[in-house]
Amino acid sequence: MAYPTDRKYTKEHEWIKVVGQEAVVGITDHAQESLGDIVFVELPKVGADLTAGSTFGTVESVKAVSDLYTPVSGTVTETNGDLATSPEKVNKDPHGSWMLKMKLKNPGELGDLLSAEAYEQFVAEEGGH
Amino acid sequence: MVDFNGWDMPVEYPASIGCGIINEHMAVRTGVGIFDVSHMGDIRLAGPQALSAVQHISMNDAAKLAVGQAQYSALLYPQGTFVDDVIVHRLGEDEYLLVINAGTREKDFNWVRDNTRQFDCAVENLSDDFTQIAIQGPKGVNTLQKLTDADLGAVKFYWVTRGTVCGLKNILIARTGYTAEDGFEIYVPADETTSARVWNEILSAGKEFGIVPCGLGSRNTLRLEGKLPLYGHEISDTINVWEAGLDRFCKMEKPEFVGRTALEKAKDEGVKRTLVGLEMVERGIARDGYKVLDESGREIGYVTSGSPAPFLKKNIALAYVPPQFAAIGTAVKIEIRGQGVGAQVVPTPFYKRPKKAA
Repeated sequence: MAYPTDRKYTKEHEWIKVVGQEAVVGITDHAQESLGDIVFVELPKVGADLTAGSTFGTVESVKAVSDLYTPVSGTVTETNGDLATSPEKVNKDPHGSWMLKMKLKNPGELGDLLSAEAYEQFVAEEGGH
Repeated sequence: MVDFNGWDMPVEYPASIGCGIINEHMAVRTGVGIFDVSHMGDIRLAGPQALSAVQHISMNDAAKLAVGQAQYSALLYPQGTFVDDVIVHRLGEDEYLLVINAGTREKDFNWVRDNTRQFDCAVENLSDDFTQIAIQGPKGVNTLQKLTDADLGAVKFYWVTRGTVCGLKNILIARTGYTAEDGFEIYVPADETTSARVWNEILSAGKEFGIVPCGLGSRNTLRLEGKLPLYGHEISDTINVWEAGLDRFCKMEKPEFVGRTALEKAKDEGVKRTLVGLEMVERGIARDGYKVLDESGREIGYVTSGSPAPFLKKNIALAYVPPQFAAIGTAVKIEIRGQGVGAQVVPTPFYKRPKKAA
Protein backbone atom coordinates (compact mmCIF):
# COMPACT_ATOMS: atom_id res chain seq x y z
CA MET A 1 0.00 0.00 0.00
CA ALA A 2 1.24 3.45 -0.87
CA TYR A 3 1.16 5.82 2.10
CA PRO A 4 -0.40 9.22 1.37
CA THR A 5 2.22 11.93 1.03
CA ASP A 6 -0.08 14.67 2.37
CA ARG A 7 0.82 13.76 5.99
CA LYS A 8 3.56 12.72 8.41
CA TYR A 9 4.04 9.47 10.30
CA THR A 10 5.36 8.24 13.64
CA LYS A 11 7.39 5.13 14.39
CA GLU A 12 4.45 4.11 16.62
CA HIS A 13 2.31 3.95 13.46
CA GLU A 14 0.15 7.06 13.74
CA TRP A 15 -0.36 9.50 10.89
CA ILE A 16 -0.94 13.25 11.26
CA LYS A 17 -2.22 15.58 8.58
CA VAL A 18 -2.05 19.34 9.03
CA VAL A 19 -4.91 21.48 7.76
CA GLY A 20 -4.20 25.13 8.60
CA GLN A 21 -3.76 25.53 12.38
CA GLU A 22 -5.32 22.15 13.04
CA ALA A 23 -4.07 18.61 12.61
CA VAL A 24 -5.95 15.34 12.15
CA VAL A 25 -4.57 12.11 13.68
CA GLY A 26 -5.20 8.44 12.91
CA ILE A 27 -3.37 5.13 12.67
CA THR A 28 -1.69 3.68 9.61
CA ASP A 29 -2.64 0.83 7.33
CA HIS A 30 0.28 -1.14 8.73
CA ALA A 31 -1.04 -0.61 12.27
CA GLN A 32 -4.56 -1.81 11.45
CA GLU A 33 -3.19 -4.80 9.58
CA SER A 34 -0.97 -5.85 12.49
CA LEU A 35 -3.79 -5.42 14.99
CA GLY A 36 -6.40 -7.32 12.99
CA ASP A 37 -10.13 -6.84 13.63
CA ILE A 38 -10.46 -3.61 15.62
CA VAL A 39 -13.30 -3.71 18.15
CA PHE A 40 -12.66 -0.83 20.54
CA VAL A 41 -11.25 2.69 20.32
CA GLU A 42 -10.85 4.87 23.40
CA LEU A 43 -10.13 8.55 22.78
CA PRO A 44 -9.37 11.55 25.01
CA LYS A 45 -11.85 14.26 25.94
CA VAL A 46 -12.12 17.42 23.88
CA GLY A 47 -9.94 20.05 25.52
CA ALA A 48 -7.32 17.59 26.71
CA ASP A 49 -3.74 18.86 26.45
CA LEU A 50 -1.49 16.26 24.85
CA THR A 51 2.29 16.19 24.83
CA ALA A 52 4.24 14.72 21.92
CA GLY A 53 5.11 11.10 22.65
CA SER A 54 2.51 10.64 25.41
CA THR A 55 -0.39 8.21 25.00
CA PHE A 56 -3.71 9.73 23.95
CA GLY A 57 -5.87 6.63 23.87
CA THR A 58 -6.16 2.93 23.26
CA VAL A 59 -7.13 0.77 20.34
CA GLU A 60 -8.10 -2.86 20.84
CA SER A 61 -8.51 -5.64 18.34
CA VAL A 62 -9.89 -9.07 19.16
CA LYS A 63 -6.39 -10.26 20.00
CA ALA A 64 -4.48 -7.22 21.26
CA VAL A 65 -4.48 -3.96 23.21
CA SER A 66 -2.37 -1.13 21.83
CA ASP A 67 -1.64 2.40 23.07
CA LEU A 68 -2.06 5.38 20.78
CA TYR A 69 0.78 7.95 20.84
CA THR A 70 0.55 11.69 20.33
CA PRO A 71 2.62 12.70 17.28
CA VAL A 72 2.99 16.39 18.27
CA SER A 73 1.86 18.48 21.26
CA GLY A 74 -1.49 20.20 21.20
CA THR A 75 -5.05 20.51 22.46
CA VAL A 76 -7.83 18.15 21.36
CA THR A 77 -10.56 20.04 19.51
CA GLU A 78 -12.68 17.12 18.30
CA THR A 79 -12.76 13.31 18.45
CA ASN A 80 -14.34 10.92 15.97
CA GLY A 81 -17.40 9.68 17.87
CA ASP A 82 -18.23 7.38 14.98
CA LEU A 83 -15.45 5.03 16.06
CA ALA A 84 -17.17 4.26 19.38
CA THR A 85 -19.92 2.40 17.53
CA SER A 86 -18.06 1.44 14.33
CA PRO A 87 -14.42 0.80 15.28
CA GLU A 88 -14.07 -1.57 12.28
CA LYS A 89 -13.97 1.53 10.05
CA VAL A 90 -10.32 1.83 11.05
CA ASN A 91 -9.64 -1.53 9.37
CA LYS A 92 -11.60 -0.60 6.26
CA ASP A 93 -10.18 2.87 5.74
CA PRO A 94 -7.26 3.55 8.09
CA HIS A 95 -6.08 6.71 6.35
CA GLY A 96 -9.60 8.13 6.15
CA SER A 97 -10.78 7.15 9.63
CA TRP A 98 -9.36 9.95 11.73
CA MET A 99 -9.36 9.64 15.51
CA LEU A 100 -8.91 13.18 16.73
CA LYS A 101 -8.34 16.75 15.65
CA MET A 102 -5.97 18.97 17.56
CA LYS A 103 -4.72 22.54 17.71
CA LEU A 104 -0.95 22.40 17.54
CA LYS A 105 1.16 23.91 20.30
CA ASN A 106 4.46 23.77 18.45
CA PRO A 107 4.18 23.05 14.71
CA GLY A 108 7.98 22.78 14.61
CA GLU A 109 7.65 19.30 16.16
CA LEU A 110 6.29 18.07 12.84
CA GLY A 111 9.83 18.20 11.54
CA ASP A 112 10.73 15.28 13.84
CA LEU A 113 8.24 12.95 12.12
CA LEU A 114 8.65 10.63 9.15
CA SER A 115 7.69 11.32 5.55
CA ALA A 116 5.53 8.75 3.74
CA GLU A 117 8.59 7.37 2.04
CA ALA A 118 10.62 7.13 5.25
CA TYR A 119 7.71 5.49 7.06
CA GLU A 120 7.24 2.92 4.32
CA GLN A 121 10.91 2.05 4.57
CA PHE A 122 10.68 1.89 8.37
CA VAL A 123 7.76 -0.55 8.13
CA ALA A 124 9.58 -2.70 5.57
CA GLU A 125 12.62 -2.93 7.84
CA GLU A 126 10.53 -3.56 10.95
CA GLY A 127 8.62 -6.31 9.20
CA GLY A 128 11.86 -8.05 8.37
CA HIS A 129 12.71 -8.61 12.04
CA MET B 1 3.42 -15.85 12.89
CA VAL B 2 4.10 -16.24 16.58
CA ASP B 3 6.25 -18.65 18.53
CA PHE B 4 3.83 -20.95 20.36
CA ASN B 5 5.80 -23.28 22.61
CA GLY B 6 8.44 -23.63 19.91
CA TRP B 7 5.93 -23.93 17.05
CA ASP B 8 5.77 -21.21 14.44
CA MET B 9 2.04 -20.63 14.20
CA PRO B 10 -0.29 -18.03 12.71
CA VAL B 11 -2.52 -16.06 15.10
CA GLU B 12 -4.78 -15.45 12.13
CA TYR B 13 -4.66 -15.87 8.37
CA PRO B 14 -4.59 -12.74 6.17
CA ALA B 15 -7.61 -10.51 5.64
CA SER B 16 -6.72 -10.60 1.92
CA ILE B 17 -7.95 -14.22 1.73
CA GLY B 18 -11.10 -13.55 3.75
CA CYS B 19 -9.61 -14.45 7.11
CA GLY B 20 -8.90 -12.56 10.34
CA ILE B 21 -10.06 -13.74 13.77
CA ILE B 22 -13.70 -12.65 13.41
CA ASN B 23 -14.20 -14.21 9.96
CA GLU B 24 -12.44 -17.41 11.02
CA HIS B 25 -14.52 -17.62 14.18
CA MET B 26 -17.79 -17.04 12.31
CA ALA B 27 -16.89 -19.62 9.65
CA VAL B 28 -16.57 -22.28 12.35
CA ARG B 29 -19.86 -21.29 14.01
CA THR B 30 -21.84 -21.17 10.79
CA GLY B 31 -19.93 -23.22 8.19
CA VAL B 32 -16.51 -24.80 8.45
CA GLY B 33 -12.91 -23.89 9.28
CA ILE B 34 -9.69 -25.89 9.42
CA PHE B 35 -6.87 -25.68 11.92
CA ASP B 36 -3.38 -27.13 11.79
CA VAL B 37 -3.14 -28.47 15.34
CA SER B 38 -0.03 -30.57 14.86
CA HIS B 39 1.45 -28.92 17.95
CA MET B 40 -0.79 -31.14 20.05
CA GLY B 41 1.06 -34.14 21.48
CA ASP B 42 0.09 -37.80 21.37
CA ILE B 43 0.96 -40.52 23.84
CA ARG B 44 0.05 -44.16 23.18
CA LEU B 45 -0.37 -46.66 25.98
CA ALA B 46 -0.70 -50.30 24.94
CA GLY B 47 -0.44 -53.62 26.72
CA PRO B 48 -2.33 -55.97 29.03
CA GLN B 49 -2.48 -53.37 31.82
CA ALA B 50 -3.07 -50.30 29.66
CA LEU B 51 -6.47 -49.66 31.23
CA SER B 52 -5.07 -49.88 34.77
CA ALA B 53 -2.32 -47.45 33.79
CA VAL B 54 -4.76 -44.96 32.28
CA GLN B 55 -7.04 -45.27 35.31
CA HIS B 56 -4.12 -44.56 37.63
CA ILE B 57 -2.96 -41.40 35.85
CA SER B 58 -6.26 -39.80 34.79
CA MET B 59 -9.25 -38.48 36.72
CA ASN B 60 -12.10 -39.59 34.44
CA ASP B 61 -13.24 -43.22 34.32
CA ALA B 62 -11.61 -44.85 31.30
CA ALA B 63 -13.27 -48.17 32.17
CA LYS B 64 -16.47 -46.70 30.76
CA LEU B 65 -14.93 -46.29 27.29
CA ALA B 66 -15.94 -48.71 24.57
CA VAL B 67 -13.39 -49.38 21.84
CA GLY B 68 -13.64 -46.35 19.55
CA GLN B 69 -14.84 -43.98 22.24
CA ALA B 70 -13.09 -40.92 23.69
CA GLN B 71 -13.45 -38.82 26.84
CA TYR B 72 -12.24 -35.51 28.24
CA SER B 73 -10.02 -36.07 31.26
CA ALA B 74 -6.98 -34.70 33.07
CA LEU B 75 -3.66 -35.81 34.49
CA LEU B 76 -3.23 -34.59 38.07
CA TYR B 77 -0.41 -34.04 40.50
CA PRO B 78 -0.70 -35.74 43.91
CA GLN B 79 -1.99 -32.40 45.29
CA GLY B 80 -5.01 -32.51 42.94
CA THR B 81 -3.76 -29.78 40.58
CA PHE B 82 -3.25 -30.14 36.84
CA VAL B 83 -0.36 -31.67 34.93
CA ASP B 84 -2.54 -31.15 31.84
CA ASP B 85 -6.00 -31.79 30.47
CA VAL B 86 -6.24 -34.57 27.88
CA ILE B 87 -8.55 -36.43 25.57
CA VAL B 88 -8.33 -40.16 26.19
CA HIS B 89 -9.20 -42.27 23.14
CA ARG B 90 -9.67 -46.02 23.44
CA LEU B 91 -8.33 -47.28 20.13
CA GLY B 92 -8.33 -51.02 20.83
CA GLU B 93 -9.02 -53.61 23.49
CA ASP B 94 -5.77 -52.69 25.32
CA GLU B 95 -4.73 -49.56 23.48
CA TYR B 96 -5.26 -45.91 24.48
CA LEU B 97 -4.19 -42.62 22.91
CA LEU B 98 -3.83 -39.50 25.07
CA VAL B 99 -3.94 -36.20 23.17
CA ILE B 100 -2.13 -33.52 25.15
CA ASN B 101 -1.16 -29.85 24.90
CA ALA B 102 1.85 -28.44 23.03
CA GLY B 103 3.32 -26.50 25.92
CA THR B 104 3.32 -29.53 28.19
CA ARG B 105 4.40 -32.27 25.75
CA GLU B 106 7.74 -33.22 27.30
CA LYS B 107 6.48 -32.75 30.85
CA ASP B 108 3.39 -34.85 30.14
CA PHE B 109 5.26 -37.66 28.46
CA ASN B 110 7.83 -37.91 31.24
CA TRP B 111 5.08 -37.76 33.83
CA VAL B 112 3.03 -40.49 32.12
CA ARG B 113 6.08 -42.70 31.69
CA ASP B 114 7.26 -42.22 35.30
CA ASN B 115 3.82 -42.88 36.75
CA THR B 116 3.01 -46.01 34.76
CA ARG B 117 6.23 -47.98 35.33
CA GLN B 118 4.46 -50.46 37.62
CA PHE B 119 2.06 -51.52 34.86
CA ASP B 120 2.56 -54.03 32.06
CA CYS B 121 2.05 -51.45 29.36
CA ALA B 122 4.22 -49.73 26.76
CA VAL B 123 4.23 -45.93 26.68
CA GLU B 124 5.18 -44.28 23.41
CA ASN B 125 5.48 -40.63 22.47
CA LEU B 126 3.92 -40.37 18.99
CA SER B 127 3.80 -36.58 18.98
CA ASP B 128 6.08 -36.17 15.99
CA ASP B 129 4.44 -38.92 13.94
CA PHE B 130 1.22 -37.07 13.14
CA THR B 131 0.01 -33.94 11.47
CA GLN B 132 -3.23 -33.24 13.30
CA ILE B 133 -5.82 -31.30 11.34
CA ALA B 134 -9.09 -30.12 12.88
CA ILE B 135 -12.08 -29.63 10.58
CA GLN B 136 -14.58 -27.74 12.70
CA GLY B 137 -18.08 -26.39 12.25
CA PRO B 138 -21.55 -27.58 11.28
CA LYS B 139 -20.33 -28.19 7.70
CA GLY B 140 -17.23 -30.07 8.86
CA VAL B 141 -18.96 -33.41 8.37
CA ASN B 142 -20.00 -32.52 4.81
CA THR B 143 -16.49 -31.34 3.97
CA LEU B 144 -14.64 -34.37 5.30
CA GLN B 145 -17.17 -36.85 3.96
CA LYS B 146 -16.17 -35.85 0.43
CA LEU B 147 -12.64 -37.08 1.14
CA THR B 148 -13.20 -40.34 3.02
CA ASP B 149 -14.89 -43.72 2.67
CA ALA B 150 -15.66 -43.80 6.41
CA ASP B 151 -19.33 -43.26 7.24
CA LEU B 152 -18.98 -40.08 9.28
CA GLY B 153 -22.69 -39.90 10.02
CA ALA B 154 -22.26 -43.05 12.10
CA VAL B 155 -19.51 -41.50 14.24
CA LYS B 156 -20.98 -39.86 17.32
CA PHE B 157 -19.45 -36.89 19.14
CA TYR B 158 -16.39 -38.06 21.08
CA TRP B 159 -16.06 -41.30 19.10
CA VAL B 160 -13.34 -42.28 16.65
CA THR B 161 -13.13 -44.36 13.52
CA ARG B 162 -10.55 -45.27 10.91
CA GLY B 163 -10.83 -44.87 7.18
CA THR B 164 -9.16 -43.84 3.96
CA VAL B 165 -8.75 -40.06 3.81
CA CYS B 166 -7.43 -38.35 0.68
CA GLY B 167 -6.23 -41.76 -0.49
CA LEU B 168 -4.31 -42.43 2.75
CA LYS B 169 -5.37 -45.73 4.32
CA ASN B 170 -6.27 -46.38 7.95
CA ILE B 171 -6.36 -42.76 9.08
CA LEU B 172 -7.60 -42.05 12.60
CA ILE B 173 -10.69 -39.81 12.46
CA ALA B 174 -12.04 -38.47 15.76
CA ARG B 175 -15.24 -36.46 16.18
CA THR B 176 -13.60 -34.09 18.66
CA GLY B 177 -12.39 -30.50 18.77
CA TYR B 178 -11.68 -27.41 20.81
CA THR B 179 -14.23 -25.03 19.34
CA ALA B 180 -17.50 -25.91 21.15
CA GLU B 181 -18.78 -26.88 17.69
CA ASP B 182 -19.28 -30.15 15.87
CA GLY B 183 -16.19 -31.26 13.99
CA PHE B 184 -13.44 -33.77 13.37
CA GLU B 185 -9.76 -34.13 14.06
CA ILE B 186 -7.73 -36.33 11.73
CA TYR B 187 -4.24 -37.71 12.29
CA VAL B 188 -2.24 -38.01 9.08
CA PRO B 189 1.44 -38.96 8.58
CA ALA B 190 3.62 -36.00 9.50
CA ASP B 191 5.69 -35.71 6.31
CA GLU B 192 5.36 -32.26 4.81
CA THR B 193 4.25 -33.25 1.31
CA THR B 194 1.44 -35.46 2.54
CA SER B 195 0.35 -32.93 5.16
CA ALA B 196 0.25 -30.08 2.65
CA ARG B 197 -1.67 -32.19 0.14
CA VAL B 198 -4.33 -33.19 2.71
CA TRP B 199 -4.62 -29.58 3.93
CA ASN B 200 -5.18 -28.33 0.38
CA GLU B 201 -7.66 -31.07 -0.47
CA ILE B 202 -9.72 -30.20 2.59
CA LEU B 203 -9.68 -26.52 1.59
CA SER B 204 -10.94 -27.45 -1.89
CA ALA B 205 -13.59 -29.82 -0.54
CA GLY B 206 -14.88 -27.16 1.86
CA LYS B 207 -14.96 -24.36 -0.70
CA GLU B 208 -18.70 -24.77 -1.34
CA PHE B 209 -19.28 -24.34 2.41
CA GLY B 210 -17.10 -21.23 2.70
CA ILE B 211 -14.19 -22.94 4.43
CA VAL B 212 -11.35 -20.78 5.76
CA PRO B 213 -8.04 -21.69 7.42
CA CYS B 214 -8.08 -20.68 11.10
CA GLY B 215 -5.25 -19.66 13.42
CA LEU B 216 -4.57 -19.59 17.14
CA GLY B 217 -6.61 -16.42 17.66
CA SER B 218 -9.95 -17.86 16.62
CA ARG B 219 -9.07 -21.17 18.28
CA ASN B 220 -8.87 -19.16 21.50
CA THR B 221 -12.07 -17.14 21.04
CA LEU B 222 -14.02 -20.25 19.99
CA ARG B 223 -12.89 -22.27 23.00
CA LEU B 224 -13.55 -19.32 25.31
CA GLU B 225 -17.17 -18.97 24.16
CA GLY B 226 -17.57 -22.66 24.96
CA LYS B 227 -15.73 -22.33 28.33
CA LEU B 228 -13.21 -24.98 27.34
CA PRO B 229 -10.21 -24.64 29.68
CA LEU B 230 -6.76 -23.60 28.47
CA TYR B 231 -3.70 -24.85 30.34
CA GLY B 232 -1.89 -22.01 32.11
CA HIS B 233 -5.13 -20.02 32.27
CA GLU B 234 -8.18 -21.82 33.71
CA ILE B 235 -6.14 -24.85 34.79
CA SER B 236 -2.53 -25.11 36.01
CA ASP B 237 -0.29 -26.77 38.55
CA THR B 238 -1.65 -24.44 41.25
CA ILE B 239 -5.38 -24.80 40.47
CA ASN B 240 -7.33 -27.88 41.58
CA VAL B 241 -10.22 -29.72 39.95
CA TRP B 242 -12.92 -28.30 42.23
CA GLU B 243 -11.79 -24.71 41.71
CA ALA B 244 -11.80 -25.22 37.94
CA GLY B 245 -15.34 -26.61 38.12
CA LEU B 246 -14.41 -29.80 36.24
CA ASP B 247 -16.19 -32.03 38.78
CA ARG B 248 -18.16 -33.95 36.21
CA PHE B 249 -14.99 -35.26 34.56
CA CYS B 250 -13.48 -36.34 37.89
CA LYS B 251 -14.77 -39.71 39.04
CA MET B 252 -14.28 -39.90 42.79
CA GLU B 253 -16.02 -43.28 42.77
CA LYS B 254 -12.82 -44.65 41.21
CA PRO B 255 -10.96 -46.18 44.18
CA GLU B 256 -7.60 -44.74 43.21
CA PHE B 257 -5.88 -42.27 40.89
CA VAL B 258 -3.07 -39.78 41.31
CA GLY B 259 -4.49 -36.72 43.07
CA ARG B 260 -7.54 -38.45 44.51
CA THR B 261 -6.53 -38.31 48.19
CA ALA B 262 -5.78 -34.59 48.03
CA LEU B 263 -9.02 -33.92 46.17
CA GLU B 264 -11.04 -35.71 48.84
CA LYS B 265 -9.49 -33.50 51.49
CA ALA B 266 -9.93 -30.38 49.34
CA LYS B 267 -13.60 -31.21 48.82
CA ASP B 268 -14.19 -31.41 52.59
CA GLU B 269 -12.41 -28.11 53.12
CA GLY B 270 -14.34 -26.33 50.37
CA VAL B 271 -12.90 -24.01 47.72
CA LYS B 272 -11.56 -20.51 48.34
CA ARG B 273 -12.01 -19.49 44.71
CA THR B 274 -14.09 -20.69 41.83
CA LEU B 275 -14.14 -20.16 38.06
CA VAL B 276 -16.97 -17.94 36.85
CA GLY B 277 -18.11 -16.50 33.54
CA LEU B 278 -18.28 -12.72 33.28
CA GLU B 279 -19.85 -10.39 30.78
CA MET B 280 -18.91 -6.73 30.57
CA VAL B 281 -21.91 -4.49 31.20
CA GLU B 282 -19.96 -1.26 30.76
CA ARG B 283 -17.75 -0.34 27.82
CA GLY B 284 -14.45 -2.21 28.01
CA ILE B 285 -12.75 -5.52 27.30
CA ALA B 286 -11.45 -7.77 30.08
CA ARG B 287 -8.12 -9.39 29.21
CA ASP B 288 -6.05 -12.23 30.64
CA GLY B 289 -4.56 -11.25 33.98
CA TYR B 290 -6.75 -8.19 34.67
CA LYS B 291 -7.91 -7.78 38.28
CA VAL B 292 -11.50 -8.46 39.34
CA LEU B 293 -12.79 -5.99 41.93
CA ASP B 294 -15.92 -5.99 44.08
CA GLU B 295 -18.29 -3.05 43.82
CA SER B 296 -16.34 -1.12 46.43
CA GLY B 297 -13.15 -1.50 44.36
CA ARG B 298 -11.47 -4.18 46.54
CA GLU B 299 -9.47 -6.79 44.61
CA ILE B 300 -11.21 -10.19 44.76
CA GLY B 301 -9.77 -12.21 41.89
CA TYR B 302 -8.34 -12.22 38.40
CA VAL B 303 -9.29 -12.86 34.78
CA THR B 304 -7.89 -16.12 33.35
CA SER B 305 -9.08 -15.46 29.78
CA GLY B 306 -10.89 -12.42 28.44
CA SER B 307 -11.78 -11.31 24.93
CA PRO B 308 -14.44 -9.97 22.65
CA ALA B 309 -16.67 -12.94 21.70
CA PRO B 310 -17.15 -12.65 17.92
CA PHE B 311 -20.26 -14.83 17.64
CA LEU B 312 -21.99 -13.63 20.81
CA LYS B 313 -20.93 -10.02 20.13
CA LYS B 314 -20.22 -9.42 23.80
CA ASN B 315 -17.06 -8.91 25.81
CA ILE B 316 -16.66 -11.99 27.96
CA ALA B 317 -14.19 -13.42 30.44
CA LEU B 318 -13.46 -16.32 32.73
CA ALA B 319 -12.18 -15.40 36.19
CA TYR B 320 -11.36 -16.83 39.58
CA VAL B 321 -13.30 -15.19 42.41
CA PRO B 322 -14.27 -16.25 45.96
CA PRO B 323 -17.43 -18.42 46.00
CA GLN B 324 -19.54 -15.65 47.57
CA PHE B 325 -19.18 -13.72 44.28
CA ALA B 326 -20.10 -16.67 42.05
CA ALA B 327 -23.89 -16.31 41.96
CA ILE B 328 -25.34 -15.49 38.54
CA GLY B 329 -26.03 -11.77 38.31
CA THR B 330 -23.41 -10.71 40.87
CA ALA B 331 -22.04 -7.29 39.94
CA VAL B 332 -18.26 -6.94 39.86
CA LYS B 333 -15.73 -4.65 38.22
CA ILE B 334 -12.76 -5.35 36.00
CA GLU B 335 -9.75 -3.09 36.42
CA ILE B 336 -8.95 -1.78 32.96
CA ARG B 337 -6.11 0.76 32.71
CA GLY B 338 -6.65 1.80 36.30
CA GLN B 339 -10.43 2.15 36.08
CA GLY B 340 -13.09 -0.22 37.49
CA VAL B 341 -15.38 -1.17 34.61
CA GLY B 342 -18.72 -2.90 35.34
CA ALA B 343 -19.24 -6.60 34.64
CA GLN B 344 -21.52 -9.31 35.94
CA VAL B 345 -21.46 -13.04 36.57
CA VAL B 346 -23.33 -14.92 33.82
CA PRO B 347 -24.15 -18.59 33.18
CA THR B 348 -21.57 -20.69 31.32
CA PRO B 349 -20.80 -21.95 28.82
CA PHE B 350 -21.37 -18.60 27.13
CA TYR B 351 -22.12 -20.47 23.90
CA LYS B 352 -23.72 -23.85 23.44
CA ARG B 353 -24.11 -25.24 19.95
CA PRO B 354 -27.69 -25.82 18.84
CA LYS B 355 -28.85 -29.40 19.30
CA LYS B 356 -29.58 -31.11 16.01
CA ALA B 357 -33.16 -32.12 15.46
CA ALA B 358 -33.40 -35.93 15.71
